[in-house]
Parts: sequence; structure tokens; C-alpha cells
Amino acid sequence: MHVVIPYVVAALLFGLGVYGVLRRRNAILVLMAVELMLNAVNLILVTADVSLRSALTGVAVESWARPGAAVPGTGGVLALFVIVLAAAEVGVGLAIVLQFYRMRKAVVVDDVRLDGDEERVAG
Amino acid sequence: MTVADVLLLALGTVAVGSGALVVTSAHLVRSGLYLVVSLGAIAGLYLVLGAELVAWVQVLVYVGAVVVLLLFAVMLTRAPIGPSADLDRPALPAVLIGGGLGAGLAVLFADAFRWVRYPEADPGTAERVGEQIFGAWVLPFEVISILLLSALVGAIVLSRPDVGARPTPEA
Repeated sequence: MHVVIPYVVAALLFGLGVYGVLRRRNAILVLMAVELMLNAVNLILVTADVSLRSALTGVAVESWARPGAAVPGTGGVLALFVIVLAAAEVGVGLAIVLQFYRMRKAVVVDDVRLDGDEERVAG
Repeated sequence: MTVADVLLLALGTVAVGSGALVVTSAHLVRSGLYLVVSLGAIAGLYLVLGAELVAWVQVLVYVGAVVVLLLFAVMLTRAPIGPSADLDRPALPAVLIGGGLGAGLAVLFADAFRWVRYPEADPGTAERVGEQIFGAWVLPFEVISILLLSALVGAIVLSRPDVGARPTPEA
């Protein structure tokens, strides 16, 4: 298989995620774009697990990519860790978004004031 | 072009295409449903790449839990069912930064890995992943369990109005 295909797919997905984070005003859509970026990183981890543990035929072997030095499966383990972190991130992020909606009746990121505390609306 | 290449290309096209629809769709709910398609295609990519356990965990956690949670939040914030006009900011900076980053990374990867053929990935088993997690990675595993617990407590504290609320002046 040619590992350049999943690598390029992951790069494009990461670019789409950055575009979504910068473009969207709705906080939930921003969280969806962040999920796209995290998935791109996961795809890179899993692909690197394949491409670095294989024998690298036809490529000059880098010092960090010796076949046999890396234990197979490490990329998958790291991807699992990232999935767990993403689940925790979505849980806390949605709690914040829902609390903000309860206070202001809005989910627009531009409306969040970062300076000082204004009048508090009773939750 | 082997069978694995064709599968990778097809699934990658589906993932990138529905990912583009996620960040451009004017319907909130449709964005979430396109996210399901994109994450499912990425799970298929994991299967082709030999990370079987990661693929099923992706289906369980992402498609099963995270997207349902996102759609739940969409419903709870009373999102309009039809298309919304005010979802987006001006496009130019986002296109410049996102497109530049995506294209730059893609060119970097294409230049680094070229069109070199790698041996097929041997299908990983859950047993090997388990040996990895509970062998070399047992300390990060425990740290992550503590992090999950604190995230759980944090989410509960955030969503309960009676915890940490300031006393109102006129009680």
C-alpha cells in the first residue's frame, strides 16, 4: 500500500478543521471542527505506525526509523489515548456551551466577553 | 495500485468530502450527520491500515457517543431545523489559513513519503494492543483514567447551577 494516501487525507482533514474553527460562529460547530482536527492527528498516528515499522524498502533508513526498534502497535495505543482525551474534551466543552446558553440564550462565540464580569443572569 | 490503495483512496475521498460538508453546511443537524459519515470513513481507513481495535473504538466512542452528544447539544440549544444564515464569519482569513495549512501539510507529506510502496499492514489484534497498554504504557493509562474522572467531575460542577453560584444580593 502507498502510505502517502492516508497522510495526505489527514493533512486535508486537518486543514478543513482549522478552516471550520476559524469560520464558524456557532460553538457546537466549532467543536465539530475540532473533532475533525483530532481525527486527522489520529489518522497520522495510525499511519505512522504502519509506515515506520515496515521495512522501509527503497528508502534510506533514518536513525529514528530502524525496523525493529519501534514496537508495533504504539501508534494505535497513542490513537486510543487521543480518542479518550477527545471524549473528555467534548464532555467538558458541551457542559460549558450549555451553561453559556443557559445564561445568555446564545451559542455564538463572538458574543463571549473576555474582559471583566458583566451583570450575571440568574441561571 | 493494489486493493488496499483503492480502498484507501475511496475512503479518504469520502472522509475529506463529508468533512468539507461538515464545515460548510448551513444546517446544524446536517453538519453533525456529515460528521458521522466522515468519522465512519476514517474508521474504515483504520481497518485498512491494520489498526482493528482503534477502528472499533472509533465507531463506539466517536460515532456512538461523541456525535450523539453533539446532536444532543444542538437540540438542547434550540437550534433551528432549517438553514441558518448567521453561522459563518467572513471567509477570507479562514480560507487563507485553513487552506494554506492543509495544502502545505499535504505537500510536505507527499514530498516526504513519495509514491513508495510499503508492505501491507498485518492486522493488529486486541491482544497485542492490550500487551502494549498494560506493558509500556501503563503509567499514561492510569493518568488518563484520573483525567477522565476529573473531566467528569468538572462537567457535573459546570452544569449544576447550585454549585459555586454567587449568592444573589436580594435573596
